[in-house]
Amino acid sequence: MQKNLFSDEKSRGILYQTLVVGFFALAIYFIVNTTAYNLEKRNIATGFGFLNNPAGFDISFSPFLDYKSTDTHLKVYFVGVLNTLLVSFTGCIAATILGFIVGIIRLSSNWLLSRTAYVYVEFTRNVPLILQIILWYAILIQLPRIKQAPQIWDTFYISNRGLYGPRPIYEDGFFIVSIFILLSFFIAFFVRRWAKKRQDNTGQQFPTFTTNLGIIILLPLLIFFIMGSPMTLEYPVLKGFNFKGGMVIRPEFIAMFLALTIYTGAFISETVRSGILSVTKGQREASGALGLKQNWIMRLIIIPQALRVIVPPLTSQYLNLTKNSSLGIAVGYADLVHGFGGISLNQTGQAIECMAITMATYLVISLTISFFMNIYNKSIQFKEK
Amino acid sequence: MNIDNKIESRKPPVATTGFIGWLRINLFSNWFNTIVTLLVAYFLYQIIPWFLDWAIFSADFIYNYKGERIIDRSFCSRVANPEEYHAACWSIIIVRFYQFIYGFYPVEQVWRVNVTYFLLAIALIPLLVEQLPYRKHLIKFTIIFPIIAFILLYGGFGFEIVPTNKWGGLLVTLVLGVFGIALAFPLGIILALGRRSKLPVISMVCTLFIEFIRGVPLITLLFFGMVMLPLFLPEGINMDGLVRVLVAVTLFQAAYMAEVIRGGLQAIPQGQYEAAQSVGLSYWQMNRKIILPQAIRITIPSIVNTSIGLFKDTTLVIIIGLLDLLGIGRGALADATWMGLSNEVYVFVALVFFIFTFGMSRYSLYLENKLKTGINMGAD
Repeated sequence: MQKNLFSDEKSRGILYQTLVVGFFALAIYFIVNTTAYNLEKRNIATGFGFLNNPAGFDISFSPFLDYKSTDTHLKVYFVGVLNTLLVSFTGCIAATILGFIVGIIRLSSNWLLSRTAYVYVEFTRNVPLILQIILWYAILIQLPRIKQAPQIWDTFYISNRGLYGPRPIYEDGFFIVSIFILLSFFIAFFVRRWAKKRQDNTGQQFPTFTTNLGIIILLPLLIFFIMGSPMTLEYPVLKGFNFKGGMVIRPEFIAMFLALTIYTGAFISETVRSGILSVTKGQREASGALGLKQNWIMRLIIIPQALRVIVPPLTSQYLNLTKNSSLGIAVGYADLVHGFGGISLNQTGQAIECMAITMATYLVISLTISFFMNIYNKSIQFKEK
Repeated sequence: MNIDNKIESRKPPVATTGFIGWLRINLFSNWFNTIVTLLVAYFLYQIIPWFLDWAIFSADFIYNYKGERIIDRSFCSRVANPEEYHAACWSIIIVRFYQFIYGFYPVEQVWRVNVTYFLLAIALIPLLVEQLPYRKHLIKFTIIFPIIAFILLYGGFGFEIVPTNKWGGLLVTLVLGVFGIALAFPLGIILALGRRSKLPVISMVCTLFIEFIRGVPLITLLFFGMVMLPLFLPEGINMDGLVRVLVAVTLFQAAYMAEVIRGGLQAIPQGQYEAAQSVGLSYWQMNRKIILPQAIRITIPSIVNTSIGLFKDTTLVIIIGLLDLLGIGRGALADATWMGLSNEVYVFVALVFFIFTFGMSRYSLYLENKLKTGINMGAD
């Protein structure tokens, strides 16, 4: 038989890989050349120098950083990242809570309740998310105008420009209080560890939950009063056409938060339901035979085993929620894609740099979430003895 | 014993069987359940009749409350007489129905779109019906359907060319959805096989591509397609707007499809690969004849779920200015003659999407049930 490049599997493999590498090298060379030519022809600058140039436009929603239109594009980027993280983080927490509740409701023995939950899940899963965001926003801007805004509990106002509420003003002593808030969480954590150890050794139970709740609430409250209440609330007051003072939560944020939570919550509820169903029936029967209450069965036996099945799809739902937060551009929520990837891109014309930075940011956020969720996933796997 | 006197066995108590028994077990089994049932029933009673009244019973379709034909928003009952009438005014949909379905396609050529819709229905039949005579031939038609559809919709070969910026509405949604799924499926298979390849370069390239695409939102990919692709192409070659979007959407979907198929490939026992190789099949023959048919059979429900996601994602094109179903809806709302009827438009668009995607998810459930009995025969 002739010995040529094709006869041996190994040399075939090397040939194919060389062809692929060569093809990509040629393609990249060609693309880079054409792009450079096109950019020069259209007088578009390259490089990252534009990040230090003033942006020249306003951002409607910047709760963490003070932003003026004379700030640089780099600040636009940071405002965008913070806004994206804000809506993703709050959305993930709320969606998880909603998803778990609805998932357990779907398994309820009450036919009417489980069917209603089923209708909710099917409707939310089948309508595109961007339409839901637009729908919620359309509802929120039909709320009454500021002059006729209804009041709740004498402090909050709902209007079509947002939810107005009191703004806390922190005085000097509050720093100590916030240290004690953190400290109380640490104390609660160690109380739980100690209680578990004691139960393992002596079998005596300790009311951990109520004790920890008391510590987290009462200790900072005590310090707060000892320090002389170093926090005042600034209430919104209607002056002319707007409220003066106070804090406002914009309808764009509320629409994004509601739509993301309800949409992702539906998917999470299906994941939770399949997780709980994956625990074999024998577990429930055995724990019933031991005399455990319904509540304890769910909390101690079913959910820990169901978590093994729930966590990997839950991770991908968190990633989906984070990526879906980019849809805020449809209603004007000032997230990363809207500000830096949209307005900055259009103004400077440097599409490649802006897009590359935006995509890289999302990649980093996705990888971080995956990383932490994988650590949690490993921790709940069964440790084979 | 006298076997002639058979005593009829008594029926079970009324309260445990039949409808009343079902009510007792499912709705009223204990105090908590009873209270919950009553609360949910009250909640539904408040919402459902109100919604049905708004949408159907009191709504205007063609004529308003005075009996006039509605030609713009000022004729709608709830605009003309807002104190007494609050129901929906569906005339915005009915008057602009052509736009919702075809966009701005020239009226004299619209028969081509209708023929395409009809052929699409025919092309889907072999996927839905199992026992069909001539199924093999119909599947061949399904495979070449995209080419026929392209010629019919766009032009060439004797048909007048209709540029894609005239397409809109449901036409654009279906084109993006159907072409996207049809192109993403083979591309996904190749990516999945590439990722599992033993050649390190190919495996690394495929893995990087898949992980990169899965890590970024679809909007950024759409921006990439619209803004950056023209920069990559030399002078004179202009890629059509719809084609650029289709490229971005297909690449996005192919990456997700590849992961699903990879799951199926992992589930095939090693023995299949070894047996195929020992019989002397080459790599491609082995995949084509032995591995892929099994892998795809296992993962069809997940593939359909991914396709449902793709279909819903096609609405994102409104962000880059393409007019799909939702885009036409928003355009209708911006028009002065129909301003302000946003609730009706959004409910209509949501309903259309719901019908399509719910149908697809029912199909996926049907497939799952059918394949469960097939795969697990004897395995349990």
